[in-house]
Amino acid sequence: MLPSLDPRTQHLLRELAPRVLGVVMRRFRDFPAAEDAVQEALIAAAAQWVRDGVPENPRAWLIHVASRRITDHVRAEAARRHREELVVSLVPPEDQIALAADEAGFAERDDTLDLLFMCCHPVLSPSSAIALTLRAVGGLTTFEIAKAFLVPEATMAQRISRAKQSIKASGVPFQAPTAEERAERLGSVMHVLYLIFSEGYTATSGPELQRSDLSGEALRLTRMLHRLVPDDCEVAGLLALMLLTDARRVARTGPSGELIPLDQQDRSLWDRSEIDEGVALLTATLPKGNVGPYQLQAAIAAVHDEAASTEETDWPQILGLYSLLQRMSDNPMVTLNHAIATAMVQGPAAGLELLDALDKDPRMDGHHRLDAVRAHLLERAGDREGAIEHYQRAAARTTSVSERNYLLTHAARLRETPK
Amino acid sequence: MKYMLMMNTPGGGPYQVARWPEQDLKAHIAFMKNFAQKLGQSGELVAAEGLAGPDQAKRVRAGKDGKPITDGVFPESKEFLAGFWIVDVDSPERAYEIAAQASAAPGPGGVPLNLEIEVRQVMSAPPVDVP
Repeated sequence: MLPSLDPRTQHLLRELAPRVLGVVMRRFRDFPAAEDAVQEALIAAAAQWVRDGVPENPRAWLIHVASRRITDHVRAEAARRHREELVVSLVPPEDQIALAADEAGFAERDDTLDLLFMCCHPVLSPSSAIALTLRAVGGLTTFEIAKAFLVPEATMAQRISRAKQSIKASGVPFQAPTAEERAERLGSVMHVLYLIFSEGYTATSGPELQRSDLSGEALRLTRMLHRLVPDDCEVAGLLALMLLTDARRVARTGPSGELIPLDQQDRSLWDRSEIDEGVALLTATLPKGNVGPYQLQAAIAAVHDEAASTEETDWPQILGLYSLLQRMSDNPMVTLNHAIATAMVQGPAAGLELLDALDKDPRMDGHHRLDAVRAHLLERAGDREGAIEHYQRAAARTTSVSERNYLLTHAARLRETPK
Repeated sequence: MKYMLMMNTPGGGPYQVARWPEQDLKAHIAFMKNFAQKLGQSGELVAAEGLAGPDQAKRVRAGKDGKPITDGVFPESKEFLAGFWIVDVDSPERAYEIAAQASAAPGPGGVPLNLEIEVRQVMSAPPVDVP
């Protein structure tokens, strides 16, 4: 984001940005102004640190500069209307001096968390929440976010500024939420982080690097969230899920970007260290109880990741986990995966039977994945014609280029196989 | 998810803007400008372009030597693509809503044109997150 700085300092600034923003926000309670001030402080840091080196306490330095900028700004604004005396009352004298360097600990914890809660607030549309989170908490520039989502920078800038406006208009206060609110909103926060991750992980267009940056950013933010609320089992589960999914990234696409399904992936390419970390996280979390959907999905991913091949995968365990997940959420995608696991354990006919229930679900209406799964199961059941038809139908319905190519190629191969 | 909104207009039909009275033409242009501006402000606009008329259009294909062979203009086209928007929205419903707004652009006498807008999802969007 700040090209004149070495990568370590850039990384440091990105880590510090949300923490500094959190403190400035808490003090001045004006999100747009605080964000501008922190941006200015970051720019000032880029210029000064290159020249004079990184200060001893970079966080305090940034807070000091940002606070001074915002004070100056508030003062200039107010002076136009009320003259100086009003301004003085706006910022208590004790706040006008730099923060003590050791003002870390609990206050900082809450600030970053509150910032994350505010950016992922349900009043925002998912795309606005994603943009604002990446900008305010992730410290990404508007240009970087726009590039990742393949939209013009002006579009992303408008989206972010509208998100800020709706936060202002909704009167969402910048304050520590109650325990109840926190539990409620933590759901949205995790959802937004997972959307950011999925955007990076499932993306199939644009230079790959940009997109893996996005899932990398989601991982970084989720790690941070996990550090902030280490006792929350679902946050730990979400982090484990991301790690266990990300571990397969390299094996997931071929040399020209074509999709490689799980059963055909070169498992030696899977990232062992991410798998180990995810499994360890899950092993520490599951015994605590309070098992939720993210932990269950992570557990399923772990079973896949620990198997040497599709055949050696512990399908009965996966089936058991999907049954639990299905009881917890009314999601047709879960039903779909449940049907796949059933087919692996009890044969394709049993799986196909479960798919019939989804035909009537309006949420699955015209969804390519139902056709794709049906095609796979029909193929395994020996119904070649039926499989070809459903592969083709799925190909016509998907919006992912590499998925379409995979499905079309599969159908063509079946057509050309001698009977 | 991204959608392309294609404005198809009947050849020789009501969208022959060249023959409109000045006042109606101005109202139409103002509407379109304002529409694009609003889409920009909502952070949903990816791109928007109007296309030159079909009497400027040529059909091109490669000949045996790989060089282009152009085929005449088609002023008799029954229907042609007049312009398009690419939007990035949260749901298909929102894309339809935007298309309907564009469709209601004012025509002669300020009467909404209600032109047909074809809405197509742009490929390579990540799979939809089913609730």
